[in-house]
Amino acid sequence: MSQDRLSIGDVAPALELEDTAGERHALPAPGEAPASVVIWTCNHCPYALAWHERIQDVVREYSERGVVFLQVNSNDAERYPGDSPEAMRERVEKGEFAGPYLHDPDQAAARAFGAERTPDVFVLDGDLRLVYSGAPDADYDDPSQNAAWLRGALDAVLAGEAPDPATTDPVGCTIKWKE
Amino acid sequence: MGAPRVEFLWWSECPSWERALAMLRAELEAAGLDPDGIEMVEIADEEQARERRFPGSPTIRVDGEDVQDPGEAPIGLTCRIYRRRDGRVSPLPDPADIRAALERTKGAS
Repeated sequence: MSQDRLSIGDVAPALELEDTAGERHALPAPGEAPASVVIWTCNHCPYALAWHERIQDVVREYSERGVVFLQVNSNDAERYPGDSPEAMRERVEKGEFAGPYLHDPDQAAARAFGAERTPDVFVLDGDLRLVYSGAPDADYDDPSQNAAWLRGALDAVLAGEAPDPATTDPVGCTIKWKE
Repeated sequence: MGAPRVEFLWWSECPSWERALAMLRAELEAAGLDPDGIEMVEIADEEQARERRFPGSPTIRVDGEDVQDPGEAPIGLTCRIYRRRDGRVSPLPDPADIRAALERTKGAS
Protein backbone atom coordinates (compact mmCIF):
# COMPACT_ATOMS: atom_id res chain seq x y z
CA MET A 1 0.00 0.00 0.00
CA SER A 2 0.91 3.64 -0.35
CA GLN A 3 2.64 5.55 2.42
CA ASP A 4 1.40 8.97 3.48
CA ARG A 5 0.55 11.24 0.62
CA LEU A 6 2.88 14.15 -0.08
CA SER A 7 1.49 17.37 1.44
CA ILE A 8 1.45 20.88 0.00
CA GLY A 9 4.88 22.45 0.63
CA ASP A 10 6.69 19.13 0.94
CA VAL A 11 9.80 18.70 -1.17
CA ALA A 12 9.30 15.87 -3.63
CA PRO A 13 11.34 12.74 -3.06
CA ALA A 14 13.98 11.85 -5.62
CA LEU A 15 12.50 10.13 -8.66
CA GLU A 16 14.48 8.45 -11.42
CA LEU A 17 12.89 5.79 -13.60
CA GLU A 18 13.31 4.21 -17.03
CA ASP A 19 11.04 5.00 -19.94
CA THR A 20 9.83 2.37 -22.39
CA ALA A 21 13.10 2.58 -24.34
CA GLY A 22 15.26 2.09 -21.26
CA GLU A 23 16.31 5.72 -21.00
CA ARG A 24 16.40 7.08 -17.47
CA HIS A 25 14.45 10.21 -16.55
CA ALA A 26 14.59 12.15 -13.30
CA LEU A 27 13.06 15.24 -11.79
CA PRO A 28 15.18 18.31 -12.55
CA ALA A 29 17.45 19.76 -9.90
CA PRO A 30 15.94 22.66 -7.90
CA GLY A 31 15.94 25.78 -10.06
CA GLU A 32 16.45 23.92 -13.34
CA ALA A 33 12.81 24.08 -14.44
CA PRO A 34 10.02 26.51 -13.49
CA ALA A 35 7.73 23.61 -12.59
CA SER A 36 7.51 19.84 -12.85
CA VAL A 37 4.53 17.51 -13.02
CA VAL A 38 4.48 13.85 -12.08
CA ILE A 39 1.35 12.01 -13.19
CA TRP A 40 0.46 8.47 -12.26
CA THR A 41 -1.37 6.82 -15.11
CA CYS A 42 -1.70 3.39 -16.70
CA ASN A 43 -3.05 1.43 -19.65
CA HIS A 44 -6.00 -0.51 -18.30
CA CYS A 45 -7.94 2.11 -16.35
CA PRO A 46 -10.91 3.86 -18.01
CA TYR A 47 -10.41 7.00 -15.92
CA ALA A 48 -6.78 7.31 -17.01
CA LEU A 49 -7.87 6.73 -20.61
CA ALA A 50 -10.77 9.18 -20.40
CA TRP A 51 -8.43 11.93 -19.18
CA HIS A 52 -5.49 10.91 -21.33
CA GLU A 53 -5.86 13.28 -24.28
CA ARG A 54 -6.59 16.23 -22.00
CA ILE A 55 -3.40 15.49 -20.09
CA GLN A 56 -1.32 15.05 -23.26
CA ASP A 57 -2.55 18.45 -24.49
CA VAL A 58 -1.25 19.98 -21.26
CA VAL A 59 2.07 18.16 -21.65
CA ARG A 60 2.50 19.55 -25.18
CA GLU A 61 1.48 23.09 -24.32
CA TYR A 62 3.37 23.55 -21.05
CA SER A 63 6.51 21.69 -22.13
CA GLU A 64 7.04 24.63 -24.46
CA ARG A 65 7.18 26.81 -21.34
CA GLY A 66 9.88 24.69 -19.75
CA VAL A 67 7.70 22.54 -17.53
CA VAL A 68 9.02 18.99 -17.04
CA PHE A 69 6.46 16.16 -17.23
CA LEU A 70 6.94 12.59 -16.07
CA GLN A 71 4.10 10.09 -16.54
CA VAL A 72 4.51 7.00 -14.39
CA ASN A 73 2.89 3.56 -14.40
CA SER A 74 3.32 1.77 -11.05
CA ASN A 75 0.71 -0.96 -11.42
CA ASP A 76 1.52 -4.59 -10.71
CA ALA A 77 1.80 -5.93 -14.25
CA GLU A 78 1.63 -9.55 -13.08
CA ARG A 79 -1.95 -9.09 -11.93
CA TYR A 80 -2.77 -6.54 -14.66
CA PRO A 81 -0.90 -7.63 -17.80
CA GLY A 82 -2.33 -4.67 -19.69
CA ASP A 83 0.15 -2.57 -17.73
CA SER A 84 3.23 -4.57 -18.70
CA PRO A 85 6.32 -2.73 -20.02
CA GLU A 86 5.58 -4.23 -23.45
CA ALA A 87 2.05 -2.84 -23.43
CA MET A 88 3.43 0.54 -22.30
CA ARG A 89 5.95 0.48 -25.16
CA GLU A 90 3.21 -0.28 -27.70
CA ARG A 91 1.29 2.81 -26.66
CA VAL A 92 4.38 4.98 -26.83
CA GLU A 93 5.22 3.61 -30.28
CA LYS A 94 1.70 4.49 -31.42
CA GLY A 95 2.40 8.09 -30.41
CA GLU A 96 -0.06 8.15 -27.56
CA PHE A 97 2.27 9.98 -25.15
CA ALA A 98 3.54 13.54 -25.48
CA GLY A 99 6.35 12.92 -23.00
CA PRO A 100 8.23 10.08 -21.32
CA TYR A 101 6.16 7.19 -19.97
CA LEU A 102 8.03 5.64 -17.08
CA HIS A 103 7.84 2.25 -15.44
CA ASP A 104 8.01 1.96 -11.64
CA PRO A 105 8.62 -1.78 -11.29
CA ASP A 106 9.10 -1.88 -7.53
CA GLN A 107 6.37 0.74 -6.93
CA ALA A 108 8.82 2.76 -4.83
CA ALA A 109 8.03 6.04 -6.60
CA ALA A 110 4.29 5.64 -6.03
CA ARG A 111 4.90 4.86 -2.37
CA ALA A 112 7.27 7.79 -1.95
CA PHE A 113 4.75 10.28 -3.36
CA GLY A 114 1.76 8.57 -1.78
CA ALA A 115 0.09 8.22 -5.16
CA GLU A 116 -3.28 6.52 -4.86
CA ARG A 117 -5.05 6.32 -8.19
CA THR A 118 -4.72 6.62 -11.92
CA PRO A 119 -4.68 9.36 -12.85
CA ASP A 120 -3.10 11.16 -9.89
CA VAL A 121 -1.39 14.49 -10.56
CA PHE A 122 1.44 16.10 -8.53
CA VAL A 123 2.56 19.62 -9.53
CA LEU A 124 5.89 20.85 -8.14
CA ASP A 125 7.31 24.35 -8.19
CA GLY A 126 10.84 25.21 -9.28
CA ASP A 127 12.17 24.20 -5.88
CA LEU A 128 10.40 20.83 -6.21
CA ARG A 129 7.88 21.68 -3.51
CA LEU A 130 4.38 20.30 -3.98
CA VAL A 131 1.90 23.00 -4.97
CA TYR A 132 -1.01 20.89 -6.28
CA SER A 133 -2.13 17.30 -6.11
CA GLY A 134 -5.25 15.50 -7.16
CA ALA A 135 -7.37 15.12 -10.27
CA PRO A 136 -6.72 16.86 -13.61
CA ASP A 137 -10.18 18.47 -13.50
CA ALA A 138 -13.63 18.00 -12.04
CA ASP A 139 -15.09 15.41 -14.43
CA TYR A 140 -13.50 12.43 -16.19
CA ASP A 141 -16.52 12.27 -18.48
CA ASP A 142 -16.47 15.87 -19.69
CA PRO A 143 -13.64 16.69 -22.12
CA SER A 144 -14.65 20.37 -22.05
CA GLN A 145 -13.22 20.54 -18.52
CA ASN A 146 -9.87 20.52 -20.34
CA ALA A 147 -7.74 19.56 -17.32
CA ALA A 148 -8.65 22.89 -15.75
CA TRP A 149 -7.26 22.16 -12.29
CA LEU A 150 -3.93 21.02 -13.69
CA ARG A 151 -3.75 24.00 -16.04
CA GLY A 152 -4.75 26.36 -13.24
CA ALA A 153 -2.06 24.97 -10.97
CA LEU A 154 0.58 25.39 -13.68
CA ASP A 155 -0.55 28.90 -14.57
CA ALA A 156 -0.37 29.84 -10.89
CA VAL A 157 3.08 28.39 -10.24
CA LEU A 158 4.46 29.93 -13.43
CA ALA A 159 3.11 33.29 -12.22
CA GLY A 160 4.68 32.79 -8.79
CA GLU A 161 1.33 32.29 -7.12
CA ALA A 162 -0.25 29.50 -5.09
CA PRO A 163 -2.77 27.31 -6.94
CA ASP A 164 -6.40 27.40 -5.85
CA PRO A 165 -7.47 24.70 -5.25
CA ALA A 166 -4.19 23.27 -4.00
CA THR A 167 -5.59 19.80 -3.47
CA THR A 168 -8.47 17.80 -4.87
CA ASP A 169 -9.36 14.16 -4.45
CA PRO A 170 -7.76 11.97 -7.08
CA VAL A 171 -10.45 10.06 -9.00
CA GLY A 172 -9.74 6.86 -10.85
CA CYS A 173 -8.69 3.25 -10.48
CA THR A 174 -6.65 2.43 -7.40
CA ILE A 175 -2.99 1.76 -8.04
CA LYS A 176 -2.60 -2.00 -8.25
CA TRP A 177 -0.14 -2.81 -5.49
CA LYS A 178 1.90 -5.99 -5.47
CA GLU A 179 0.50 -8.56 -3.05
CA MET B 1 -44.02 -10.89 -20.19
CA GLY B 2 -43.24 -8.92 -17.04
CA ALA B 3 -40.60 -6.32 -16.39
CA PRO B 4 -37.09 -7.21 -17.60
CA ARG B 5 -34.54 -8.48 -15.13
CA VAL B 6 -32.02 -5.69 -14.65
CA GLU B 7 -28.74 -6.49 -12.87
CA PHE B 8 -26.17 -3.93 -11.80
CA LEU B 9 -22.79 -5.45 -10.97
CA TRP B 10 -20.24 -3.20 -9.33
CA TRP B 11 -16.92 -3.10 -7.51
CA SER B 12 -16.52 -0.42 -4.87
CA GLU B 13 -13.00 0.59 -5.99
CA CYS B 14 -14.29 2.06 -9.26
CA PRO B 15 -15.90 5.40 -8.43
CA SER B 16 -18.17 5.63 -11.49
CA TRP B 17 -20.61 3.03 -10.16
CA GLU B 18 -22.84 5.54 -8.36
CA ARG B 19 -23.11 7.72 -11.44
CA ALA B 20 -23.80 4.70 -13.63
CA LEU B 21 -26.50 3.54 -11.23
CA ALA B 22 -28.16 6.96 -11.34
CA MET B 23 -28.01 6.80 -15.14
CA LEU B 24 -29.62 3.35 -15.13
CA ARG B 25 -32.36 4.45 -12.72
CA ALA B 26 -33.15 7.45 -14.93
CA GLU B 27 -33.39 5.27 -18.03
CA LEU B 28 -35.67 2.80 -16.25
CA GLU B 29 -37.94 5.61 -15.09
CA ALA B 30 -38.02 7.06 -18.60
CA ALA B 31 -39.05 3.64 -19.90
CA GLY B 32 -41.86 3.41 -17.37
CA LEU B 33 -40.08 0.70 -15.37
CA ASP B 34 -39.45 0.51 -11.64
CA PRO B 35 -35.89 1.56 -10.76
CA ASP B 36 -36.26 -0.13 -7.38
CA GLY B 37 -36.38 -3.44 -9.21
CA ILE B 38 -32.66 -3.30 -10.05
CA GLU B 39 -30.76 -6.30 -8.69
CA MET B 40 -27.63 -4.91 -7.06
CA VAL B 41 -24.69 -7.32 -7.14
CA GLU B 42 -21.52 -6.19 -5.39
CA ILE B 43 -18.42 -7.97 -6.64
CA ALA B 44 -15.85 -8.05 -3.88
CA ASP B 45 -13.24 -10.62 -4.89
CA GLU B 46 -11.79 -12.47 -7.85
CA GLU B 47 -13.78 -15.62 -7.14
CA GLN B 48 -17.06 -13.71 -7.36
CA ALA B 49 -15.80 -11.99 -10.49
CA ARG B 50 -15.16 -15.37 -12.14
CA GLU B 51 -18.50 -16.79 -11.01
CA ARG B 52 -20.39 -13.82 -12.41
CA ARG B 53 -18.27 -13.50 -15.57
CA PHE B 54 -17.60 -9.93 -14.45
CA PRO B 55 -15.76 -7.88 -17.11
CA GLY B 56 -15.35 -4.85 -14.86
CA SER B 57 -17.26 -2.28 -12.88
CA PRO B 58 -19.90 -1.20 -13.55
CA THR B 59 -21.65 -3.88 -15.62
CA ILE B 60 -25.34 -3.67 -16.47
CA ARG B 61 -27.26 -6.67 -17.78
CA VAL B 62 -30.85 -6.63 -19.01
CA ASP B 63 -32.41 -10.08 -19.15
CA GLY B 64 -28.87 -11.44 -18.94
CA GLU B 65 -27.55 -9.40 -21.87
CA ASP B 66 -24.80 -6.86 -21.29
CA VAL B 67 -25.81 -3.36 -22.42
CA GLN B 68 -22.51 -3.19 -24.31
CA ASP B 69 -20.81 -6.34 -25.55
CA PRO B 70 -17.65 -6.69 -23.42
CA GLY B 71 -15.88 -8.43 -26.28
CA GLU B 72 -12.51 -9.82 -25.22
CA ALA B 73 -12.37 -7.85 -21.97
CA PRO B 74 -10.73 -10.04 -19.31
CA ILE B 75 -12.86 -11.31 -16.45
CA GLY B 76 -11.79 -9.97 -13.06
CA LEU B 77 -11.76 -7.18 -10.52
CA THR B 78 -11.17 -4.13 -12.62
CA CYS B 79 -12.80 -0.90 -13.73
CA ARG B 80 -14.59 -1.33 -17.01
CA ILE B 81 -13.71 0.53 -20.17
CA TYR B 82 -16.73 1.65 -22.17
CA ARG B 83 -16.75 3.09 -25.65
CA ARG B 84 -19.33 5.87 -25.93
CA ARG B 85 -21.27 6.33 -29.15
CA ASP B 86 -19.29 9.48 -29.93
CA GLY B 87 -16.07 7.41 -29.80
CA ARG B 88 -14.87 8.52 -26.37
CA VAL B 89 -13.47 6.08 -23.84
CA SER B 90 -15.32 6.33 -20.55
CA PRO B 91 -15.83 4.59 -17.22
CA LEU B 92 -19.57 5.01 -17.89
CA PRO B 93 -21.78 3.24 -20.41
CA ASP B 94 -23.57 5.29 -23.02
CA PRO B 95 -27.14 6.06 -21.87
CA ALA B 96 -28.28 5.21 -25.38
CA ASP B 97 -26.91 1.68 -24.96
CA ILE B 98 -28.94 1.23 -21.77
CA ARG B 99 -32.00 2.60 -23.55
CA ALA B 100 -31.47 0.26 -26.49
CA ALA B 101 -31.13 -2.75 -24.18
CA LEU B 102 -34.41 -1.88 -22.49
CA GLU B 103 -36.06 -1.37 -25.87
CA ARG B 104 -34.93 -4.83 -27.00
CA THR B 105 -36.79 -6.43 -24.11
CA LYS B 106 -39.95 -4.62 -25.17
CA GLY B 107 -39.52 -5.99 -28.64
CA ALA B 108 -39.08 -9.49 -27.27
CA SER B 109 -42.21 -9.37 -25.13
